[in-house]
Amino acid sequence: MKILVAVKRVVDHNVRIRVRPDGTGVETTGVRMSMNPFCKHAVEAAVQLAEKGQASEVVIVSIGPKQSNDVILTALAMGAHRGILVETDAALETLTIAKLLAKVTEEEQPDLILLGKQAVDDDSNHVGQMLAALTNRPQATFASEILVKGSELEVTREVDYGRETVAVPLPAVVTADLRLNTPRNAALPMVMKARSKPLAVRPATEFGIDLAPRLVVEKISPPAERVAGKTVGSVADLAAAIAAEVNEMEAL
Amino acid sequence: MSVLLLADHDKGELSPATARLVAAASQLGPVDLLVVAENPDNIAAAAAQIAGVRIVQVVKAAETAESITNSLESLAQRYQSVSASASSVGKDVIPRLAAKLDIQPVTDVVEILGPNRFTRPIYAGNALETLTDPQPKHLLTFRASAFRPAASGNAAPVENLDLSVNSAARFLAAHRTESDTPDLATAQIVIGGGVSVGSAEGFQLIEKLGKTLGAAVGATRAAVDAGYAPNDWQIGQTGKIIAPDLYIAIGISGALQHLAGIQGAKKIFAINTDAEAPLVKIADVALIGDLFEIVPQLIAELEKHGLKR
Ligand SMILES: Cc1cc2nc3c(=O)[nH]c(=O)nc-3n(C[C@H](O)[C@H](O)[C@H](O)COP(=O)(O)OP(=O)(O)OC[C@H]3O[C@@H](n4cnc5c(N)ncnc54)[C@H](O)[C@@H]3O)c2cc1C
Ligand SMILES: Cc1cc2nc3c(=O)[nH]c(=O)nc-3n(C[C@H](O)[C@H](O)[C@H](O)COP(=O)(O)OP(=O)(O)OC[C@H]3O[C@@H](n4cnc5c(N)ncnc54)[C@H](O)[C@@H]3O)c2cc1C
Repeated sequence: MKILVAVKRVVDHNVRIRVRPDGTGVETTGVRMSMNPFCKHAVEAAVQLAEKGQASEVVIVSIGPKQSNDVILTALAMGAHRGILVETDAALETLTIAKLLAKVTEEEQPDLILLGKQAVDDDSNHVGQMLAALTNRPQATFASEILVKGSELEVTREVDYGRETVAVPLPAVVTADLRLNTPRNAALPMVMKARSKPLAVRPATEFGIDLAPRLVVEKISPPAERVAGKTVGSVADLAAAIAAEVNEMEAL
Repeated sequence: MSVLLLADHDKGELSPATARLVAAASQLGPVDLLVVAENPDNIAAAAAQIAGVRIVQVVKAAETAESITNSLESLAQRYQSVSASASSVGKDVIPRLAAKLDIQPVTDVVEILGPNRFTRPIYAGNALETLTDPQPKHLLTFRASAFRPAASGNAAPVENLDLSVNSAARFLAAHRTESDTPDLATAQIVIGGGVSVGSAEGFQLIEKLGKTLGAAVGATRAAVDAGYAPNDWQIGQTGKIIAPDLYIAIGISGALQHLAGIQGAKKIFAINTDAEAPLVKIADVALIGDLFEIVPQLIAELEKHGLKR
């Protein structure tokens, strides 16, 4: 089985982001960037399948600026075999990303495509589902367990009511949730070795896809600030405050 | 300008979120509901009662992403907007449908500013994006908790559609959390427990407090990962987004990813040993102390107040 994993470079999840005062977006200059956490779980899942002998090759693809090389190298250090950077400085919409990934899928013909369930910057949670539609494959999103059963996968998904298990025939698209596994931190020798693994750089413009956005973003604004509250001194005071709130509530 | 809306349901029952979704979708035009379910009859009957619904269309089919997407697709042509809840089902199907229709979707809408102007949160709710969608068709998901529910008392017609939808993926099994607490996403009061609750037994104490107030119970990712609480209780960026009138956070530090899920709460109360915890800093009312001492006393105090809800 050949696996393609799509990874995104995002503002590190520990960074408290700042909205630019002019409303044009979020300050990303000088901010620490890293691989989207959900993508890390996707890479880990692919590498584990390779280690179990269930996958023969793990190919990493990222779409973004030159610096996205870093997250591809991280994935190669974790144990993936080769990388593809689809290079663009433009901010692309999810549908465009999915169309570019569909082109890469056409070239690479992977049996399984793994993605993160969402990217922590735009929180869209779109790309995997879109790629599944464009490549006419079944999808299993929000995966917390992936088992290979012959030419099928049995995937356990995290859903609103708990968890559910679905069977998807290969080729398929699976998106990773955080409880899928614990991503490894690559040891230094692996990091060194990653630099010698093949990494192809392809301009995004070479795929014949219209990269122009459809939506018009008017502004990015900070959420309303919460006003600071008070500290109460006893359980009785807390109970009284709760009772006051409850008595004020509208009955639905 | 009509809107097709996918009804949200669980265990053969219409979910309370649907009335809120109808209220949201109604801001864009007359709303037609679509119910896709293995056993749709009860769901459709309840859906027909929501005020503002023009018709309830029903497809009897397996509830996989493909079969729901294909059902929506076969009706999509007639509508200017096709929409669903930003729930695990809506998130699964709307992007898939969008790609099929070659439309860039707008998801997690929390405010409708005009026929094609929307607000959605990004960066775990630390920023809000206001955008215009000039496309001929809009594909949307709404955060139910951001809208007030539509009234009931309607009797919309129910139409069974004879569609055969196929799906390569097959549903095998559901693993549910048996619990009689209210629906987290739409509850008026939510109690949240953090990893410091310490055990599944500890969470029974949190649940007991929940019962006293008729509240839903949630948890942090750390508490879920530790196995103290089921995954569908997780509140936050990757869990449920809540917007109760009152959220009581017990032993929760207030990480960015947790705060992402509670920004819609009207009032936030906190119990924590650490006066410097970020959650304490944003709380409207905080009590500093050990949850294991405070919670049992709090239950007793509240019982004295006789809050029966
Ligand atoms: C007008 C405009 C303004 C924008 N402003 C910003 C901005 O301020 N900041 C910003 O970061 N982006 C911005 N973007 C970019 C854009 O919103 C998102 O980067 C893009 O839509 C992807 O969304 P997502 O990462 O939330 O996708 P999701 O659907 O949440 O991602 C799911 C998964 O898809 C895969 N994936 C997603 N993107 C890539 C990728 N590039 N390469 C490989 N795999 C990928 C990953 O596996 C990921 O885990 C802007 C775009 C436009 C058109
Ligand atoms: C990509 C990503 C997504 C994530 N998504 C989510 C998400 O959706 N939801 C989520 O919750 N987290 C999420 N997280 C995890 C998040 O970053 C935090 O790790 C988590 O929220 C912390 O949970 P906690 O508050 O229970 O634990 P801690 O941060 O360990 O806090 C414990 C708190 O309990 C207090 N305490 C200790 N003992 C007592 C006592 N006896 N009585 C009272 N108080 C006590 C401490 O002072 C402390 O404030 C995500 C992380 C990542 C990287």
